[in-house]
Amino acid sequence: MNAVWISVIVVGLATVAIKAAGPLLLASHTPPPRAQAALEHLAPAVLAALVVTQALGGDNGGFTIDARLAGLAAGAAALLLRAPLLVVITAAAVTAAVVRLVA
Amino acid sequence: MHPTSQRTYLDGVRAAAPIGVAAFAFGLSFGVLARSADMGRVAPVVMSATTFAGSAQFATASILGAGGGLVTAIVAAVLLNLRYGPIGLSAASAFEGPWWKRALTAQLVVDESWAIAQRDDGRIDRHLLVGAGLLLLVCWTTATAIGAFAGDLVADPESLGLDAAFPALFLALLWSQVRDRSRLLAAIGGAAIALVLMPFTGPGVPIVAASLACLIGARRPS
Repeated sequence: MNAVWISVIVVGLATVAIKAAGPLLLASHTPPPRAQAALEHLAPAVLAALVVTQALGGDNGGFTIDARLAGLAAGAAALLLRAPLLVVITAAAVTAAVVRLVA
Repeated sequence: MHPTSQRTYLDGVRAAAPIGVAAFAFGLSFGVLARSADMGRVAPVVMSATTFAGSAQFATASILGAGGGLVTAIVAAVLLNLRYGPIGLSAASAFEGPWWKRALTAQLVVDESWAIAQRDDGRIDRHLLVGAGLLLLVCWTTATAIGAFAGDLVADPESLGLDAAFPALFLALLWSQVRDRSRLLAAIGGAAIALVLMPFTGPGVPIVAASLACLIGARRPS
């Protein structure tokens, strides 16, 4: 078997296991109230980290400042104007593409 | 979202439709990249259907394509997907039935379906999660196949600004999450942890560490 299929299978099995772990571990248990309250705050914490890493992350770790930031700013402006989700995403992509074209 | 009214699978599909467009475009570019990284045509499609996690798949394809080695590629992809550990814990209460059914449904958890399925009471809505997850899985896998088999027709994703679409998407999903002061603090904490760690760790670790910011919510029982 070549490296491609080994990576597809190993990464696939690992991801399936990671995704299944929480629902299997907590099968019949409701977490205590304070743990539940913490889990309810996971979405803002992780989503904020995803914004930062996807907007600033470099290919090999560290930071890369590029047209993505201009795109993110356009997306934020669209959000402030209460634009629908597809408009927000499109505004970000088009802005980044135009900045790359011009720069 | 409205916790009192009953949501359906179709509500999840509708809510995820705009994201499906972005996932489709991203899937196309994954198929193209994977093929140019000598992953062949079938392996990328199998990977999209089973791993179903964009950033980890891109990492695998680009590391293998650059000759970075099998172990490096696998470690990078697994690190990127480790965030699904805590995410799975937070989604656990949404699943029902025997263990295999919970494990199977949990595969539909991706960042976007999980974010869409958040209810106002802080729990996860299973119908929204499954509807959104299925739509994204179909868009992602179909687009990967098109990209892998007919990739010559597809432009470079960066020239289309696709890499800027995703931070904006996550910002929009975050926007609907920050409903009170403690969630705002969790968001600021998560962003700060990620920023501090990014220069020192591989991709993926900052996101896992940022999940610790959710402990802000444990200060007082709700």
